[in-house]
Amino acid sequence: MSFLELVPDWLLTHGPAFLMALPLIMAAVTAILPNKRVAWASTFIVTAILTVTAFSIALYNAEVGTTIYKMGGWAPPHGISLVVDALNAPVLVLIALMSFITVIYAMPATVAEIKPNKRAPFYAAFLLCTAGLLGMVITGDAFNVFVFLEVSSISTYVLVAMGAARDRRALSAAYNYLILGSIGATFFVIGIGFLFMETGTLNMADMARILADLDGGSRVAKVAFGFIVIGLGLKLAMFPLHTWLPGAYAYSPTPVTAFLASTATKAALYLLLRFTFFVFDPSYAYVADVLMFILVGMGVVGMIFASLQAIFQTDVRRMLAFSSVAQVGYMLLGIGIATTASVAAGYLHLLNHAIIKGGLFLALGAMWYRFGITRMEDFRGLGKTMPLTMGAFTVSGLSLIGVPFTAGFVSKINLAGAAADAGWWWAVAVIMITSILALIYIGRVLLLAYFQSPPTVNGTVVARNEAPIAMLLPMWTLALASIFVGLKSDAMVGAATRAAELLLGAG
Amino acid sequence: MSDPNTKLDAQDALSERIGSDPHVLLRVISKFLIPLIALFAFYVQFHGDYGPGGGFQAGVILAASVILYALIFGLTEAKKAFPPRLIRYGMTLGVILYGGTGVLNLILGDEFLNYSNLGKDSIAGQHYGILAVELGVLITVTTVMIAIFYAFGSRQPETSDEDW
Amino acid sequence: MSDWFSQYNYIVVIILMMTGLYTVFASRNLIKKLAGLSVFQTSVFLLYITIGKVSGGQPPILIEDKGYGDDYGSGGDGGHSLLDGTIQVAAGDAAYILPGPGSDVLYSNPLPHVLILTAIVVGVATLSIGLALTVRIREVYRTIEEDEIEAADFVYNLEGTAD
Repeated sequence: MSFLELVPDWLLTHGPAFLMALPLIMAAVTAILPNKRVAWASTFIVTAILTVTAFSIALYNAEVGTTIYKMGGWAPPHGISLVVDALNAPVLVLIALMSFITVIYAMPATVAEIKPNKRAPFYAAFLLCTAGLLGMVITGDAFNVFVFLEVSSISTYVLVAMGAARDRRALSAAYNYLILGSIGATFFVIGIGFLFMETGTLNMADMARILADLDGGSRVAKVAFGFIVIGLGLKLAMFPLHTWLPGAYAYSPTPVTAFLASTATKAALYLLLRFTFFVFDPSYAYVADVLMFILVGMGVVGMIFASLQAIFQTDVRRMLAFSSVAQVGYMLLGIGIATTASVAAGYLHLLNHAIIKGGLFLALGAMWYRFGITRMEDFRGLGKTMPLTMGAFTVSGLSLIGVPFTAGFVSKINLAGAAADAGWWWAVAVIMITSILALIYIGRVLLLAYFQSPPTVNGTVVARNEAPIAMLLPMWTLALASIFVGLKSDAMVGAATRAAELLLGAG
Repeated sequence: MSDPNTKLDAQDALSERIGSDPHVLLRVISKFLIPLIALFAFYVQFHGDYGPGGGFQAGVILAASVILYALIFGLTEAKKAFPPRLIRYGMTLGVILYGGTGVLNLILGDEFLNYSNLGKDSIAGQHYGILAVELGVLITVTTVMIAIFYAFGSRQPETSDEDW
Repeated sequence: MSDWFSQYNYIVVIILMMTGLYTVFASRNLIKKLAGLSVFQTSVFLLYITIGKVSGGQPPILIEDKGYGDDYGSGGDGGHSLLDGTIQVAAGDAAYILPGPGSDVLYSNPLPHVLILTAIVVGVATLSIGLALTVRIREVYRTIEEDEIEAADFVYNLEGTAD
């Protein structure tokens, strides 16, 4: 690897700790920086370093396999370990990269949306959120997951509430998110408590070993599994538990929405994968039942209902938020079928959807930045007034529908193929139907934008008014990424397959 | 029989000078107690390396002494004694002290937060490390607790009693 | 019956948990919801502390022969040998054995206590963020009743403009 030769050795060995500690420390420093430009610059540098670090440890991981970092030199299972393996390395890269892209976009966006004296705290909360997400993905200790989950959640509540400068409904949205998010995290920690009762350890690999020795464990383990699935289900917006999501996505500041949509639910989904397939195992009867009936059931119901709800939204951001709930259903379906191919497809959709939704929300944010619009009817003629922004929206939107040669197509075709292989033909039908529903709700926006003339204000037609370059660059990066993945999907599919093989064994 | 008005005036002057209700007994006792509470916080803090105690508990106790002061003498007086300006820097200083110890370990060639190389042997190293880290925790917890209290306390009360 | 009574801690946990959850979902007042959330989280603290209980166990503070050894450092080499030993082996890679059923002293399990200390801090942070949000909502909406907030938002949605 030529890239790895450029990276110093200490970054590869201490990278995992660095990835988590750097944003935590720099969040505190950023909070007191007097100048908001300096605060932005510090966040920018930190996220750039995080991206490089995440890339290099992911490449390193592909070379040497699973690495375990002993925090403070305390050996697992007693000490806290940081584990990098095929399952979490891509998610780490995703989170670091999305934070970097969002920070570039945030420079103009925060000027419009956040009060000047709140900008340094905004960046501090953003870094804390990144630290929490990276931490909960990288840690190998079950209780540590809870701590980082709460670090990211609490900073997210703050970030969502900061949208109040733009729309006061952000406050009640943040409050609802706080109540449901805390209940979810508390359910999760109850589950960890029961799991600790059953196994007497907190290290996830150790838990897995002891549970396997106990052949799935007693009723305590079943209760633990139930609590963990419900808790994570709240965090990842599993269908009936998704009520916090539309408000939180629609009213938070636009960079926050893009960041949350592409990372927060994804990190929770990663945890669901980690717990169902790594700590527990689908060979235990109760896990198989939950996979078959709860995850698949809720996933499919969510796909259909949330897509229908998305069609009837008047606010485009709420529409995309409901679409996110539907897309989580695809991932749950992939996880629930529980074959190597389907889990790989679900995992692939997790990564692809982050790219797609990030691009869509960034484009929407740019439209708000220029024209202050989020409602459907205000999108008339945007193809003429903001052609580049609308272009990025269109590419990402088509990818969301699953048009060939886009990222969405790759993951949907993989998922449908995996479902067909497992004999789940009705699931293939559901995937087709919800793709058509996605076509309807994305199509509505595209029709308005391209086939209607721009509105007239005070007698003059609204002139072309493109978003600034700092916004165009991130959204086109993501839009092009989704085309690139659609054309050349080997690397992503390979990463997803490696992750699934780690969980379920090859084949 | 003295004139009741002069007595009232004197009381007014007194309450103006104090800035809150003239609860003499409370003030005298709390003046006696607050230093003891703060001292106890440091006892808990420096007891925390090998015994029960540590930065979390000590920080909360230390913050409680400031909060007690604010409850008795009013928020304005408390802010003179412990300026809000200190809070922001205190929070950051604590985190930097904690994280900086970890980074120092990295520089010394150990894992993050492995203090073994800080002293002449691993036991002394762990001892110094935990003291530095606990000091960071103390500073951050104290300032955060006071920050929460100040934030809620100094919100302008635009709600009058009848509104509730 | 005695078996049932021996698990009274868990019964208290369940009662608290259900009370808290019910309060969160049933009340329409933002402060009451937060109070319910606090009760709910507190039940988890109790659950964890119950896990840590070892019957007949002492507080989990490493001791020497007797007493709490208030003379730290004064003992020189004869000081805290057990402490030193534990730290030494724990910092290394070697597996170590804490004093357990086989040894003279029996300790409660300290790990759940440490965990729940963290969870308490998390709970405090959540509660203070929730209260801060309530203060802001109260300033903007002039109410902390959820029904009234929703009614205000409904009007706001219909008109589509800031008031």
